[in-house]
Amino acid sequence: MASTEDFTMVADWATDFDHADPQYNRNAHAIWAELRGTCPVAHSDRYGGTWLPTTHEYVREIAYDTENFTSRGVVVEKGLPLEPAPIGGAPPITSDPPFHIEARKLLLPPFAPKKIEPWEPEIRKLCNGLLDAMVDNVAQGKPIDAAADYAKRIPVNVIARMLGFPLKDEELFLEFVHNVLEGIDDEPEIRIEKFERLIQYVIAQIEDHHASPRDDLTSYLMSVELFGSKLSVEHVGGSIILLLIAGIDTTWSAIGSSLWHLATHHEDLARLVADPSLIPTAVEEFLRVYAPVTMARLVAKDHDFHGCPMKVDDWVLLPFPAANLDPLVFPDADKVLIDRTENRHSAFGLGIHRCLGSNLARLELTVAIQEFIARFPSFEIAGTEDDVVWSVGQIRGPREMPIRVIDNQI
Amino acid sequence: MAVSGIVILMQIHVDAEKCQGHNRCYALAPELFDVDDYGNAVVIGDGSVPPELEDRARLALANCPEFAITILE
Repeated sequence: MASTEDFTMVADWATDFDHADPQYNRNAHAIWAELRGTCPVAHSDRYGGTWLPTTHEYVREIAYDTENFTSRGVVVEKGLPLEPAPIGGAPPITSDPPFHIEARKLLLPPFAPKKIEPWEPEIRKLCNGLLDAMVDNVAQGKPIDAAADYAKRIPVNVIARMLGFPLKDEELFLEFVHNVLEGIDDEPEIRIEKFERLIQYVIAQIEDHHASPRDDLTSYLMSVELFGSKLSVEHVGGSIILLLIAGIDTTWSAIGSSLWHLATHHEDLARLVADPSLIPTAVEEFLRVYAPVTMARLVAKDHDFHGCPMKVDDWVLLPFPAANLDPLVFPDADKVLIDRTENRHSAFGLGIHRCLGSNLARLELTVAIQEFIARFPSFEIAGTEDDVVWSVGQIRGPREMPIRVIDNQI
Repeated sequence: MAVSGIVILMQIHVDAEKCQGHNRCYALAPELFDVDDYGNAVVIGDGSVPPELEDRARLALANCPEFAITILE
């Protein structure tokens, strides 16, 4: 692919898909449904060769197969990751067995349910602070942006507090996240240059914590041992980068998509406002239908995958949201049923790489929805669907979403 | 069900190899499942399910993304 080539729009999703095409995330449900019925493992020559399975069975099979697929690369890009398996650049998400489980065990305890539950009051306070800041605009009948000024602000603040990073650097974190996850069409040298800024920032934070350790995740990572020694700076930095990148865009997208659903489905919004006991099943249903994360793998060995000749270093997208919409696994898969009680969705992945932050993400999503609809029990998209800007790349969610509040409790 | 005066209780089991710590069972049936320091699920006690919690046990099974829960009844 020529280095000066501008982005080329996709003409055929089965043979030339590109998740950086703005039409992909906007129309993802229709694209996946079409592919699932006609070409359940699509292929594109873009990014050096990329596969896209869309059935639950295939997504699950790849997620469980750590022999034929490596996690060394989890964000599809034009170059290949520099760091080798089994550790990768951001352990444990980029790690393979057997190293993976040891690196993961270090991070599981701080994200276990009983460690995450105590964050609830602070998250609720954060949400209310953001809602308070919208009151003037709402009172004047002006639209608010539920994606950029609400959903986006919640996870970035929570993870910065957990890591013990300066809250004033919020915009910088958001820029880092954007560069990694949405800048996938950048040429490799530009991506590396941008990534270097993130690395330098994280190293400065590690040095700051070295000088003055505190009770946060950064100091925790600097203090724990793996195989009898402290973690290398590369490992600590890589894990911090993982928490920063994976903890922000994903939850922001889940909150935004859930609010998008409620803004466009007034019957569900009214039902949830009238009966808040439906929140737990509604949250799981939003996670199923609007699962924000498509993971990726690199093919580790040449092999035939259900008739597809997969070659070493081919990219494979793992669209968990597409798996969640597979009618073979979920009855009425294309319907959003906020009282669905049986919901084996894979929004947080399947297998050994289950999202480490799933308990935190669920808590943030639950509280964000509860507080938003308590304050604004009736709202809709201000303008048309074209006024909603969706992300590009592997994380799917609204980036700008003008909302008109119809009824408020301010 | 009662057999010859002996009450046979439903039994639940979590496959530790399959469980990846999604915590759906712990959220849906905390009377039956607990989580360890790593967030992995464990059954409380010997896995016996009182009759009034049988529906909860089935709900936990139906919501496990990894198919890690089994029920014997």
